[in-house]
Amino acid sequence: MAFEVTAALTDTDLLFLPWATPLADWSEETTVALPKGISRHIVKFVRLHGIVYAIKETQQPIAEREYDLLQKLVRRGVPCVEPVGVITGRVSDSGEELPAALMTRHLEFSLPYRALFSSTLRPDTAERLLDALAVLLVRLHLVGFSWGDCSLSNTLFRRDAGSFAAYLVDAETGDFQPRLSDGQREYDVELAVTNATGELMDLQSADLLHESLDAIETGKKIRARYNWLWNEITSPLIMASNERYKLDERIRKLNNMGYDVAEMLTTTPLHPSDNDIRIVMTPKVVDAGHHARRLIRLTGLDVEENQARRLLNDLDQFRLEIGLSTSDEELAAHKWVTECFEPILAMVPRSLRGKIEPAEMYHEVLQHRWFMSEKAGHDVGRLPATENYVRTVLVVKPDERAIIGTATDEVLENTQEMRLVFPEDLPDIDVRSN
Amino acid sequence: MATVVFSQATRTYPGSTVPAVNALDLEIADGEFLVLVGPSGCGKSTSLRMLAGLEEVNSGSIFIGDREVTDVAPKDRDIAMVFQNYALYPHMSVAENMGFALKIAGVSKDEINKRVVEAAKILDLEPYLDRKPKNLSGGQRQRVAMGRAIVRNPQVFLMDEPLSNLDAKLRVQTRTQIASLQQRLGVTTVYVTHDQTEAMTMGDRVAVMKDGFLQQCDTPQALYDRPVNAFVAGFIGSPAMNLIDVRIDSEGAVLGDAHVPLGQDVLGAARSAGLDTITLGFRPEDTVVGTEGFAMHVNIVESLGADGYIYGDITNANGEVNQVTIRTDGRNIPRKGENVRLQVTGGHTHAFNPATGLRLGN
Repeated sequence: MAFEVTAALTDTDLLFLPWATPLADWSEETTVALPKGISRHIVKFVRLHGIVYAIKETQQPIAEREYDLLQKLVRRGVPCVEPVGVITGRVSDSGEELPAALMTRHLEFSLPYRALFSSTLRPDTAERLLDALAVLLVRLHLVGFSWGDCSLSNTLFRRDAGSFAAYLVDAETGDFQPRLSDGQREYDVELAVTNATGELMDLQSADLLHESLDAIETGKKIRARYNWLWNEITSPLIMASNERYKLDERIRKLNNMGYDVAEMLTTTPLHPSDNDIRIVMTPKVVDAGHHARRLIRLTGLDVEENQARRLLNDLDQFRLEIGLSTSDEELAAHKWVTECFEPILAMVPRSLRGKIEPAEMYHEVLQHRWFMSEKAGHDVGRLPATENYVRTVLVVKPDERAIIGTATDEVLENTQEMRLVFPEDLPDIDVRSN
Repeated sequence: MATVVFSQATRTYPGSTVPAVNALDLEIADGEFLVLVGPSGCGKSTSLRMLAGLEEVNSGSIFIGDREVTDVAPKDRDIAMVFQNYALYPHMSVAENMGFALKIAGVSKDEINKRVVEAAKILDLEPYLDRKPKNLSGGQRQRVAMGRAIVRNPQVFLMDEPLSNLDAKLRVQTRTQIASLQQRLGVTTVYVTHDQTEAMTMGDRVAVMKDGFLQQCDTPQALYDRPVNAFVAGFIGSPAMNLIDVRIDSEGAVLGDAHVPLGQDVLGAARSAGLDTITLGFRPEDTVVGTEGFAMHVNIVESLGADGYIYGDITNANGEVNQVTIRTDGRNIPRKGENVRLQVTGGHTHAFNPATGLRLGN
């Protein structure tokens, strides 16, 4: 058995996988069956010491290039799968050359779009998926990455406080530029619309698309969402010198959307005689994750952006309840972790903890408390809500850490309870308008 | 269908002072299969992306047919990137997989059917139109992906290293299919590759690029027979042409212990350029091993059956050693360590100015 490894392996057991065997022939004992998107390559998953790795067979230069691109994306803080290594020079026992293999670390609690809905993809879930995809595309474009094959299949989704957070999985067709031209962005959006619409049409052919959904009209929404978000983030602000509040307003809005302002460019007026001096400001946004960073600074909890927003709201509410001012934010955060967050998670039996990510579970408990309180006509309190949530909702959930040994179809059947989490009359938690 | 014209088209990336594509002038005829080839970073992909509208054109212009498209959005250029997406949808039939983009574009059902059937005929996929992708072979799946581009009836097909993620066998197969398909469709095609063999076997004409500059654009045969400079001479042909800097005198080029005759045109051109040294080029296949010519010491011998490759040293009078590659008859290969004499056959020598790299003489 001969092969070469690029990259520092975190787990040397990866070297002992059956690299002399074509990936298609790896036995069921070696691999784990996780739901996958539509791919032109052979992709399999293996589990070593509790970590799931995705392995993709492709040609060597492509594998090496993708590894490099994924590393750059990780360094720039873009949500994507983490590259682990490239195996090249594989030769079978009979001396036949085998393709190179790219290894990535599977994202815990992430699911391909086909595993995110029950019997059919419902309009609200579809909208949230497309929202997440548009957000991801904007984030990639802001760091100068043109994807070249944006699709639902090339993306993994994590639940994010009722929305989804999208992660890039396949960077094979991507390319970094210092700055993307409008043509490159338009083309990427065009591809995203075409691919996602094709994927929705495919679901329709399999009777998996809710009858009220029109694949073409739904797919088109990516463009509108992308354009809106891109415009909100990058369009210049024109203001008079006495309109400082507009700048503050804009920064606050960007922060609320999960972005920071990295740089501002001002241009002086063309006509100095003009009393009404106007300044054009272009906030350049480099990195999303305002709430996530604030939460990690206050509590050490590293969670998705929308989860962070929900948790921070809860924290703020808690601070008011215990009568602390904003200047005592850090003290309040410490008390919130020890008196709210940890006790609630501690109420969950150990056997059920792998079902859903802790922050998402906390978010769902908050949601559940709201439902119960509304029904009861008064606040039912944290602890009773948690107890009821564990008993009625959590126990029937599938394990999302990594759905092992389950074919996609079974997963689809087992996610019926999503309707409990996202009832139709629940207002959308929309990244765009908050 | 249409012509494509690059006129002084230049692309400089932000933060760079050197253009990635420098004043490109290129006219592609209606229905022509043009291949852009060159080493990594030569500007071939950037040129294609300028045509596709994915790169800003900083100066100069680009035309598709009579229409200037320099500032036109990618989707309005009437071009199709082939193989941009060839993940096939498992629950959709082959016909649906081929026509879905037209459906998104709002083309009528009848028109979609017509175009899909036409494309399927050309691609030999007609019997499979109602099947699901899982019932197709690898090659047939590739053809469905091609069909997606064909049904759009574009004026120009663009292909950027389309074969790079295929294994060697499927690559050769698909290469032949693309070439014959293009011939049948007659749609102007611009194809990018780093592989000179791919370029030479597929293109009606091949445009060789280096460092953002177009070096030469001609038929494969003309590139092979009369490269305009030492770069093209070394890039086109496999194994590469031997290129050695040698002294010249009135009898020709001094190589090792003998003279390689040069035409009067070459000697004249060298004289007027004031050169006493030239870069001499000869292809591995344009030599014959015998009793006359310059001496070579055989270092390594590779026998491939029909052919053999010899890697050897030629030592000049001043003791300077040059390594050369020679292709020879597989049944008549010298032994390793042997000293042999070589002649360049049929006057197939090439001469270049060592300073500028430009061809000397005809």
